[in-house]
Amino acid sequence: MWPEAIHRELAAAQIRLVGYVPDAGHKRLIELCQADKAMRAVVLSTEEEGIGLAAGAWLGGARSVLLMQSSGVGNVINALGTIKECRFPLVTIVTMRGEEGEFNPWQVPMGQATRTVLEAMGTVVHRPGTADEIAPTVNAALRLAYNSYASVAVLIPQRVIGIKSFQDQTNQ
Amino acid sequence: MTRVSTRNRRDAVKQLLENRGELLVIAGLGSTAWDITAAGDSPLSFPLWGAMGQAAMMGLGLALAQPRRRVLVITGDGEMLMGLGSLATIGVQQPPNLSIVVIDNERYGETGMQTTHTAHGIDLDAVARGCGLRICPFENLREAIHEQPGPNFAAIKVQAEKIPLVLPPREGALLKARFRRALLGPDADSV
Repeated sequence: MWPEAIHRELAAAQIRLVGYVPDAGHKRLIELCQADKAMRAVVLSTEEEGIGLAAGAWLGGARSVLLMQSSGVGNVINALGTIKECRFPLVTIVTMRGEEGEFNPWQVPMGQATRTVLEAMGTVVHRPGTADEIAPTVNAALRLAYNSYASVAVLIPQRVIGIKSFQDQTNQ
Repeated sequence: MTRVSTRNRRDAVKQLLENRGELLVIAGLGSTAWDITAAGDSPLSFPLWGAMGQAAMMGLGLALAQPRRRVLVITGDGEMLMGLGSLATIGVQQPPNLSIVVIDNERYGETGMQTTHTAHGIDLDAVARGCGLRICPFENLREAIHEQPGPNFAAIKVQAEKIPLVLPPREGALLKARFRRALLGPDADSV
């Protein structure tokens, strides 16, 4: 499963801090990170906090990753300016909503603007097309961020996550 | 509701940073960044020029990454108000090496001295207490920053006054690189 594969990549890259805002699509990955004694999972009250967390961690020499849903990307825009100005490395893994088969119209505006917003703030966007491509894409994102001091986001398509209704979301 | 204070912010910050030793310092944008610079610029200070609302979270990230070092966030009331949720996040993590000091002049100093919420009775100490942080009086604050298990918090009322700017280096990448080299040594460039 792709959440296990992402967790293996994070562990191999020596990720020590995992900032997250709970999301159905990230449920399994969050559980894996919480159970990993080498990682500290930090629940955030808003995604914006995760940018400060990642920047502070890097000042202290620790690698981190940030997990959020596409709606959260709208909450981090100004903070991404600091990432760019300071050349902080940043890896954000975004579970997409508002894409193929979305059932909640309120998710569509931010979901459709996610890539544009990230790119406008200088973040490199990777979007694996299938479940098999997710872990290699996360691997590449980690290397690009931490070897080249870049801000990189991996967008996990809604089609791969497979949430099609409120009932599916509740059952995740 | 305003409590009149005669405390001068520059004196207060200077007192807190006296003989700071290995203390790591993050300062919120605006007046507190100028305050820590007036007290003496250091590579182990990271003064923010933007990212309003993020100072406390940068302190948390740093404190978790460096559990053996003491970390101090000095920020303003307006900056803290923009990131109140971060106090709840810090309260969950309970980092013992983190202290947050708000220099509270009840004003947005960089935009024309408009009043902040604290001028209207909003009590940051009470918010922080409710989030599980330890409230410290100013008299014991320097000692708490260096020794008391945290997370520690203090909102220090100061005079609302316009004072001369004392500016730290401006470039973000430079501030980041000098901080990491001073803290991590030569390894900073290869990890």
